[in-house]
Amino acid sequence: MSSSGSLRRVAIITGVRTPFSKAGTLFKSLSAIELGRLCVAELMQRTNLNGGDIDAIVFGTVVQNVQAPNIAREVSLMPLLPKGVDAWSVSRACASANQAIADAADQIARGHMECVVAGGAESLSNVPILHSRGFTDVLMAANKAKNFSQKLSAFSKVRPKDLVPVAPAISEPTTGESMGQSAEKMAKLNNISREAQDEFALRSHRLAAAGLRDGRLSAEMFPVYVPPKYDRIATTDNGVREDSALEQLAALKPVFDKRYGSVTAGNASPLTDGAGAVLLMSEERAAALGYKPLAYIRSYASAALDPGEQLLQAPVLAAPKALARAGLTLRDLDLIEMHEAFAAQVLSNLHGFESQLWAERAGLTKPLGEVDRAKLNVMGGSLSIGHPFGATGARVTTTLCNELARRGGQFGMLTVCAAGGLGFAMVVERV
Amino acid sequence: MTAPVASQRAISMEIENGIAVLTFDTPDAPVNTFTTAAQADLLSAFDTIEHDPSIRAAVILSGKRDNFIAGADIEAFLEFRTAEDAERSSRDGHAKFAAIADGKPVVCAINGGCLGGGTELALACHWRIATDAPKTSISLPEVQLGLIPGAGGTQRLPALIGLQAALDMILTGKTVRAKKALQLGLVDEMVHPSILRRVALQRATELAAGTRRREPRKHGAGEMLLDENPIGRAIVFRKAREGVLAKTKGLFPAPLAALDAVAAGYSSDGDGYQTEARLFGELAMTPESQELVFLFFATTALKRDMGVEVEPMPKPLPVNKLGILGAGFMGAGIASVASPAGTIVRMKDADTARVAKGLAAVREVMRDKLVKKQITRTQFDDLMLAVSGTTDYTGFGNADLVIEAVFEDLQVKHQVLREIESVVPPRAIVASNTSTIPIGRIASASTRPERVLGMHFFSPVHKMPLLELITHEGNDPQVVVSAVAYGRKLGKTVIVVRDGPGFYANRVLSPYVNAAGLMLDEGVAIDAIDDALVKFGFPVGPITLVDEVGLDVATKSGAIVSEAFGARMSPSESLQAVIKAGRLGRKGKRGFYQYDDDGKKGGVDVSVYDLLPTGQRRTTVPAARIVQRCVYAMINEAVLCLEDGILRSARDGDIGAVFGIGFPPFRGGPFRFIDRQGATAVVSVLDELEREFPGRYQAATSLREMAEQGTRFYPATGKPV
Repeated sequence: MSSSGSLRRVAIITGVRTPFSKAGTLFKSLSAIELGRLCVAELMQRTNLNGGDIDAIVFGTVVQNVQAPNIAREVSLMPLLPKGVDAWSVSRACASANQAIADAADQIARGHMECVVAGGAESLSNVPILHSRGFTDVLMAANKAKNFSQKLSAFSKVRPKDLVPVAPAISEPTTGESMGQSAEKMAKLNNISREAQDEFALRSHRLAAAGLRDGRLSAEMFPVYVPPKYDRIATTDNGVREDSALEQLAALKPVFDKRYGSVTAGNASPLTDGAGAVLLMSEERAAALGYKPLAYIRSYASAALDPGEQLLQAPVLAAPKALARAGLTLRDLDLIEMHEAFAAQVLSNLHGFESQLWAERAGLTKPLGEVDRAKLNVMGGSLSIGHPFGATGARVTTTLCNELARRGGQFGMLTVCAAGGLGFAMVVERV
Repeated sequence: MTAPVASQRAISMEIENGIAVLTFDTPDAPVNTFTTAAQADLLSAFDTIEHDPSIRAAVILSGKRDNFIAGADIEAFLEFRTAEDAERSSRDGHAKFAAIADGKPVVCAINGGCLGGGTELALACHWRIATDAPKTSISLPEVQLGLIPGAGGTQRLPALIGLQAALDMILTGKTVRAKKALQLGLVDEMVHPSILRRVALQRATELAAGTRRREPRKHGAGEMLLDENPIGRAIVFRKAREGVLAKTKGLFPAPLAALDAVAAGYSSDGDGYQTEARLFGELAMTPESQELVFLFFATTALKRDMGVEVEPMPKPLPVNKLGILGAGFMGAGIASVASPAGTIVRMKDADTARVAKGLAAVREVMRDKLVKKQITRTQFDDLMLAVSGTTDYTGFGNADLVIEAVFEDLQVKHQVLREIESVVPPRAIVASNTSTIPIGRIASASTRPERVLGMHFFSPVHKMPLLELITHEGNDPQVVVSAVAYGRKLGKTVIVVRDGPGFYANRVLSPYVNAAGLMLDEGVAIDAIDDALVKFGFPVGPITLVDEVGLDVATKSGAIVSEAFGARMSPSESLQAVIKAGRLGRKGKRGFYQYDDDGKKGGVDVSVYDLLPTGQRRTTVPAARIVQRCVYAMINEAVLCLEDGILRSARDGDIGAVFGIGFPPFRGGPFRFIDRQGATAVVSVLDELEREFPGRYQAATSLREMAEQGTRFYPATGKPV
């Protein structure tokens, strides 16, 4: 955006999210759409924003509801918003909410819109279970059948194996490699030890626990009263383990490579349900409505690489681009929020920042440099907080801006790796 | 009026390809009714149709957007001097509709509300089409006015849709939506409003040409067994009569008369139409019907009253967002009516557990709507999403109205008022759901008292129709008008009263409950008192009422009025003793009655007598005396409220008593009750009571004056309000 002087500056007013809840726990009965609606409704309540002031809802989710694929529209059709509010959904795997925020920011920067809510939601408790190819064929044939005997003949072709339902896999369609297998491979390629991974996971839990304890992390979430009885109330991220110990983590068995592997359930992010949303406005509209921006978007960038290579390494290519667009270097940053899909991935990404080879691939003459750990994921990350795919981007954006404001810092960067070999980075600033 | 005379007609006619299209569109009225003019128009139109050979069939449509025909012109009922007058009008209707039924094919094209006489007209037609618009509904609500359908409804409806289905509609006056009407066979087709006219014209053409005929409705198995033979019908009638008696306690003659009229239609010797006309005539002269008709006019008049007398009338401010303080029974109750009214609600309470309880209570109300199919699943989700809970004041920053429903304590109310005013925009209206604390005292802590008023909802909020709006002298009229308008948007009947201890509803309840309490002191049985007043027509007796509202609330309210009004309001020993024993009524599952673990009410808890002055020893007071002691205390207090200027009119007092505290609707309200008895008779009863219970029944000065001058609260004849 900095490349074009005619674009307007985009303000991040605030962000809010549900507590993140491990799949199959508190939010088991809530769909991604319901979580998204709750989150956007609460964002509007907290900001005292009138529905008529919102131009659009941009939302992301990864595991889509087949019956309602445009989650943004389902979210926007809520009583708090006029039906004329625009809505579209984006899909960029785990960076979906980031892409939603980028889309929203672009619309505002171009002057097309003034006020947009962007975010994402995910329910990994409610993934659509599909019929097998064989059974789908039978159902389609039966649907076309003109009479009962044709219908019967269609069903007569059903084989027992056809009746086994298919759950969506978190694996790459092109390579067939699961996310965990990719992380395992990255650990080996980048020489990331089991101990380093476990230590990083432990750090994530401890920092998140501290953030919840002193209220810094809790500030970005709102209590979710879980229907139908509302007696169960989600008030905190239930994946954070304050009492986590290195020995416990070390005792876990590798999941993806049982003999030589190092990626365990303890150093990987858990399957999580949750939603997050961010309120964006043009600087002018924010001033007119009396909102004090939390931060401004300085730049963003995305990158892609061969998913068969190092699936989650693209942030290493996206970050330099975003920094270049921001006209900043790593040293200028006061904070870095790096999405933690796997400890092995975070450590690989950090390793990449320091590598001459990756620097050259990114078109740099020398590496980005070493990330000051004191500025990195200071309240933990997805390993502990949890990772509802579609919502994480909104969470890291909110966390980054809140903490930057709290510290009185000026520049912050976030990076998110995503399936398909995609990566995203955004630089925010405070003035 | 400068418009041409022709356009002033209620029913206009145009001919299209041999089909007469009758458009019912009463000038200068929101809905169509069968005024004298409309009746004349209808008569002449059908006369033309009958005698013009080029006209083959007819279509009846409404020119109103949301209304087909609202029914009879109720003002015409006031003209009836005798039962014969009313009976004649019914026969006249019979003749008119018989001419339609026996004439050329007529298609009735229904869009919007179709009530009473409108439905009876539809029944006389040869083909009925309803639109699928949400406003389209069909009903025969005459029993709600203490009457029965008088234009053939009790005869044609059972013939069309079967006995059981017809009784279901006629005995309750319930409304049937288009989809249900189609299922019942009440209409032949359901179409989108945009093609209603086209389809109606086509059907008229087909009926005239004989290319379409109404197929007889298919009967269900239950209907075959019961409706289609005399023995089955006898069972249906007996069951229906039992049901009516159980529901009305025999206090309403209309549903029973409706049963008789319908039954007459099945008997071989009688003429159903004659019976219908005769019973309609008789009912029109009953006090029950006259009072219900009064209430109809009173509520209609009230809807046009914005509660202030200023010129020009200020425009109501919109309430798009409502903040509620306190997620308890009242707070959640208010939320549960605000959300369906399209308001975004933010509900605050001290901790998440209370908020959760409040949300669950709101869901309970919405769930009921969903189960009753009043709303869809999507609407249910939306209604719930529109209500959110909080433990801080977030979300109050853009509230248009905040209603506090916190503990009834002046200090607490002052505290929350200050908190509210520090977060809401300056334009916001702040209302207190106080039931007893004078609003002026609450507003004294406000930085903008002109925007503070009382909104006294009754519990349970989603069921109780009354909203008592309390104003104080410093109120901005626009604030009052806005609160009145919003109360109506919530579906409430709103009366505006002036500030004073107990306002209106609780003030008149106090001496009524005290009278019952004094009888307890004397040793009268709990159920004897309650039964007497239930037989008088109250939904529950005074002791049950105390159990329902809670003894703590009742005594607190009693203390405030007793402090203000002295001896005539001093509370009974019994109530004090029972609350002192820790019995709170239903909410504590211990009161004057027994409650099981689910809170279901049982019989009198005789152990409570041990707490009362006479212990287990009982005395008896005749039921008529029980009623007198309670009711006269109440009606006298109502007159005092009017005298003191708490009430703006007798009309408000009657509506408030009927819709707020369950005064028997067929008795019209305290002021109508006095008018019917005569002020002289009422004063003499009060004087006699005063001699026996000094200080409690001193007749209001104005009432004594009325007795001397022989005046009334309402005109003796003509439109009462």
